[in-house]
Amino acid sequence: MKLSQLNPGERGTIVAFTDLEMSVKLMEMGCLPGEVVEVERFAPLGDPIAIRVAGYQLCLRKNEASVIIIQ
Amino acid sequence: MAKDLKIALVGNPNTGKSTLFNLLTGLNQKIGNFPGITVDKKVGYCKLADGKVAEIIDLPGTYSLYPKSKDESIVFQVLADKTNSSYPDVIVLVADATNLRRNLLLYSQVADLDVPMVLALNMTDMAKKEGIDINVNMLAERLGIQVVAISARSKTGLKELKQAIENTTKIATQAKGADILALAPEAIQEVKARLKTDNDYYAMQVLHQHQHLDIFDQEAHAAFEKIKKAHDFETSKLQAAETIARYRHLGTVLSGVIEDTGAAKKFAFSDKIDAILTNKFWGFLIFIGILFFIFNSIFSWSTYPMEMIEAGFMKLTELGHSYLPEGILTNLFLDGVLAGLGGVIVFIPQIAILFAFISILEDTGYMARVTFMMDKIMRKFGLSGKSVVPMIGSLACAVPSIMSARNIESWKDRIITIMVAPLVSCSARLPVYTLLIGLVVPEKMVWGFINLQGLTLMGMYLISIVAAVLVAFVMKFIIKAKEKSYFIMELPVYRMPRWGNVLYTMYEKSKTFVFEAGKVIIAISIILWVLASYGPSDRFARIDKKYDLIEAKKDSVQISTLERDKAAEKLEHSYAGLLGQTIEPVIKPLGFDWKIGIALITSFAAREAFVGTMATIYSVDGGDEAVGTIRDKMRAAVNPDTGLPVFTFATAFSLMLFYAFAMQCMSTVAVVFRETKSWKWPLIQLSYMTAMAYVASLIAYQLLK
Repeated sequence: MKLSQLNPGERGTIVAFTDLEMSVKLMEMGCLPGEVVEVERFAPLGDPIAIRVAGYQLCLRKNEASVIIIQ
Repeated sequence: MAKDLKIALVGNPNTGKSTLFNLLTGLNQKIGNFPGITVDKKVGYCKLADGKVAEIIDLPGTYSLYPKSKDESIVFQVLADKTNSSYPDVIVLVADATNLRRNLLLYSQVADLDVPMVLALNMTDMAKKEGIDINVNMLAERLGIQVVAISARSKTGLKELKQAIENTTKIATQAKGADILALAPEAIQEVKARLKTDNDYYAMQVLHQHQHLDIFDQEAHAAFEKIKKAHDFETSKLQAAETIARYRHLGTVLSGVIEDTGAAKKFAFSDKIDAILTNKFWGFLIFIGILFFIFNSIFSWSTYPMEMIEAGFMKLTELGHSYLPEGILTNLFLDGVLAGLGGVIVFIPQIAILFAFISILEDTGYMARVTFMMDKIMRKFGLSGKSVVPMIGSLACAVPSIMSARNIESWKDRIITIMVAPLVSCSARLPVYTLLIGLVVPEKMVWGFINLQGLTLMGMYLISIVAAVLVAFVMKFIIKAKEKSYFIMELPVYRMPRWGNVLYTMYEKSKTFVFEAGKVIIAISIILWVLASYGPSDRFARIDKKYDLIEAKKDSVQISTLERDKAAEKLEHSYAGLLGQTIEPVIKPLGFDWKIGIALITSFAAREAFVGTMATIYSVDGGDEAVGTIRDKMRAAVNPDTGLPVFTFATAFSLMLFYAFAMQCMSTVAVVFRETKSWKWPLIQLSYMTAMAYVASLIAYQLLK
């Protein structure tokens, strides 16, 4: 399942990334495999989304969230 | 200033690094440039306990040594290149104690460059409140360096930090952050041999990003590429492997060091605020409300101080004319320099207020939410959410904003942002708008609380923003994208603004405005005074003769207006007047006369010169005895052909539109050239903006007159 398919309030554990280049940037920001992510809220227009990961809040676009595979 | 040691501040964004920098250096700092690149280099000086003076460099915030944007690439360049003039003796890594693990990723990369380090754990007080307890001694022991708990906000731990900097040994003591050599052994060994270095990580970083480093020549670049090819050196894959290895190691380092008891409560407060501020319905309304409040305040709060400054300069000119000996130098000083200076200083209140608001919005974390809310809309127009910050910054000045567009990772988003940022009304237009609105818009209240002049001003700003967005939309289809655009950004927790920082920004920006803009404006004022006071000598001789004759006739009617008529005629035949008259046919359809034409010419270098020019022209025009504010003089100006006031609503509005759209700023042209490294973009920008300004003014004047 992809992170972009979650609704606000739902959570999952990161297992893998589908895009290598993006994965480096995401990991630098704390999105590591094994980390629990929770979707906090959508922006007023539905995109980007705000997620809670590694103890802080991160926002990213839905197409970027779609490279994160969660469980 | 003589310095005994160089210190670099490195850290993630939002860690309070700049607050610490301000605390350590006080007002003892300056903004310079790194040689060859245009990233702002913030340098300050700080006295340590033993009397030594340390030079402190505040490097741009970054999450990693692998740069995502141009701004971030400077960090590695400074820290890796021993020949760089900013290469530090000690690195102070500032880490946010409330989010230690992610902050230590950067630490772990920097540590491997083998520069002596001190770790400053900032916001330890905040961490404690959130239930995070950090065993500083255990952390120091495991990392192998001094760790100091500080709080830049409540100013604690600074003495200890300075002491730690003094105690730092000349040789780096930190433990390695990861086994780098294992990632690509052959390639790294080859680079190490070539560079004559024994640092594995430096060698590997060079392989990753040598293209962005100026220290290597063509031959070296080719050699590195060859090494990469020969050993299958895949950048993304290795960076991913390195990042995982570093986090794994940090996991061991941090185990038992951090005790987190209240993690769940930590964000409750920020969440509640976010639920309102980024709400589907309220979010945008609140944003617009805040913008409106800012513009209303700029106008109403600055009225009193501005009147004081205007009155002060008026008094000074008056005193000058009555006490100083009459002559060319006195006139040059009072009507050229002083008039120009007054035109600059009077805007300090407005600029200070605008920057106070911008710095509060950034400091509290609201600006990041604006970026978050606006991304989808901005993307429709070929921009990114991150373009919002440069665009809002352009409300102050396009020059730093165009430079801040370096944060935008995608080339296309960045170019479009740069191209449209100067359309957003900057503070240099504010004097022009203020002056013209004050002339033609009555000072009335609508519904009892909205200032009509403030409303007009906000209208001008809205026009400029709409124009910027529309131009961006057109460019979206013209400019081809080079790579994917990103939008991965931290949303910092809401915090109270640090008032010290706000005050500092107000001071810093006002100072920059006065010195940077002031230099240009005073120079232009002097040149203009000369041009307006002198003309082709035969013409001036003829005028002198004509008025001597009139005086000799002693016609009482003519004598009463003699001085004024003579001055007016002289201005018309001065070099400035001739210049204005030359372009008059072109600008007449816009409702401008030759005097405004002079202002347009001088504003080409810097639009804020408009007010100074008007001040100079109308001072010269009025003769010596006419002392009054520029506004009074302009209001009294009458078109000699029609007998009607020069500044009608149509002319003023057309003029405002011209200033709204025209690219009248040399500094912006220069910075666009530096940022895009080609003349193509600044030239396109100059042409499209001038064309837009002309057409908009033409339509406005013809419709309104």
